[in-house]
Amino acid sequence: MRAVHAIVGILGAGLLAGPLCGWGAGERTMNVQVQKAELRASPSPLGAIVGSAGYGDTVHVLEEKGAWVNVVLSEGTATGWMHQSALTRQRIRLRAGEQEAEVRASSGEQALAGKGFNKDVEEAFKAKNRNANYAWVDQMVEFRVSPEQMRAFLQQGRLQGGQGGTP
Amino acid sequence: MRRRGRAVMVAGTAVLLAGCQTAGLLTQGAAGLGVATGKLTPQQAEALTKTAEATGRALEKFTPEQEYYLGRAVVATVLTQYRPLEDRRLNEYVNLVGQTLAAFSDKPETFGGYHFLVLDTDEVNAIAAPGGLILVSRGLLECCPDEEALAAVLAHEIAHVQLEHGMKAIESSRWKSAGMTAALEAGKTLAGKELAEVLSTFEDCIQDITSRILNAGYARKQEYAADRAAVEILRRAGYDPRGLRTMLEEMAQRVKAADVRGFGKTHPHPSERLTELEPLLRLLPDEVVGRTERTARFRKQMVRR
Repeated sequence: MRAVHAIVGILGAGLLAGPLCGWGAGERTMNVQVQKAELRASPSPLGAIVGSAGYGDTVHVLEEKGAWVNVVLSEGTATGWMHQSALTRQRIRLRAGEQEAEVRASSGEQALAGKGFNKDVEEAFKAKNRNANYAWVDQMVEFRVSPEQMRAFLQQGRLQGGQGGTP
Repeated sequence: MRRRGRAVMVAGTAVLLAGCQTAGLLTQGAAGLGVATGKLTPQQAEALTKTAEATGRALEKFTPEQEYYLGRAVVATVLTQYRPLEDRRLNEYVNLVGQTLAAFSDKPETFGGYHFLVLDTDEVNAIAAPGGLILVSRGLLECCPDEEALAAVLAHEIAHVQLEHGMKAIESSRWKSAGMTAALEAGKTLAGKELAEVLSTFEDCIQDITSRILNAGYARKQEYAADRAAVEILRRAGYDPRGLRTMLEEMAQRVKAADVRGFGKTHPHPSERLTELEPLLRLLPDEVVGRTERTARFRKQMVRR
């Protein structure tokens, strides 16, 4: 962990000195705001997946490149690129009992939480709206394209895939 | 939710086919193309994009998780009126095209990811619910001559998700409701009166979104913005963005043939969208590889049905 911090420190200093330090640069950590965020070997939608992080996980920011953020998972287990849309600077406070304790937001940061419109509200909505077709919503979300399928699909269709997204 | 006539449906379609944010992502499409055609340096493009992001900051009060639950409820509600097409292979193909395009959007990651479903109806329509759940009608698929056109339709819907147009349909008064206050309080388990209040606000938000996407349609500038963002998504993935022109021309024919009372007053006609889009399309390089291969696999999918 200490080694990770050292790396973050060195690279962070470099970034701060850079001319294009914008979104999130210089921030030590960010938080995953989606159910599952893929960690990629390169800053591209086609980069090989080298790990993943779950909702509420904290990552250490090393570097930014366009819409991509080079991060180290909080356990220091893997380093790779995540798309900025998977990340937020806001802290995510999971619901009581789901994971770690609440971390109070400081310096005007607003804490996001597993609150508001959540599973409980969905259940209440379902109970009240018996005809709402959640059965098909659940089937629909099972249509998942694996990275291998996507790669084959791009190749077969001679799609350049990455013209604008590759490094 | 009230039932709509076919005319409204067609009107809604043209709107949905098309896709707010002002400066924001409008500029991104142009910036990316500028780089591709050598008219902007990457640094200039980046500066443009950053400015656009700052100008068009999205709703910060809703988290991606909340967007996810709203999107699920919107789709569950829409599916009380439309039957899904039970054709696994076609749905898988549409998901291949759609999820691949989403990976090249400015918002490839949403809380639960992008998922697509074909509706078994002759109506020509496509609907993008918040969070990335996208519905596209069989009638609309049948209007598509090739994969470029299908990709254009899906990219336009992905752009609506990326630009959070569905979420922007939520009336600001919802924020002042007791339910929203309860919802935004500390993450305790909701029950009793508080749960009822949050549920009531949740239902109001769903009503706002569904009535916008099914009946009223998005604002003209939102549709233009989604078209421009779609061009960029298509270009990045390697599709010919001129597939969007093909679709709009097709829609222009259909709108002419259909009864679309009031449509012209409130929504951009496909030909107006074409006019808006042309300067951007003219920046594109002439040659796009692989069209033949993609058209072949598209036809295989459609003929099989």
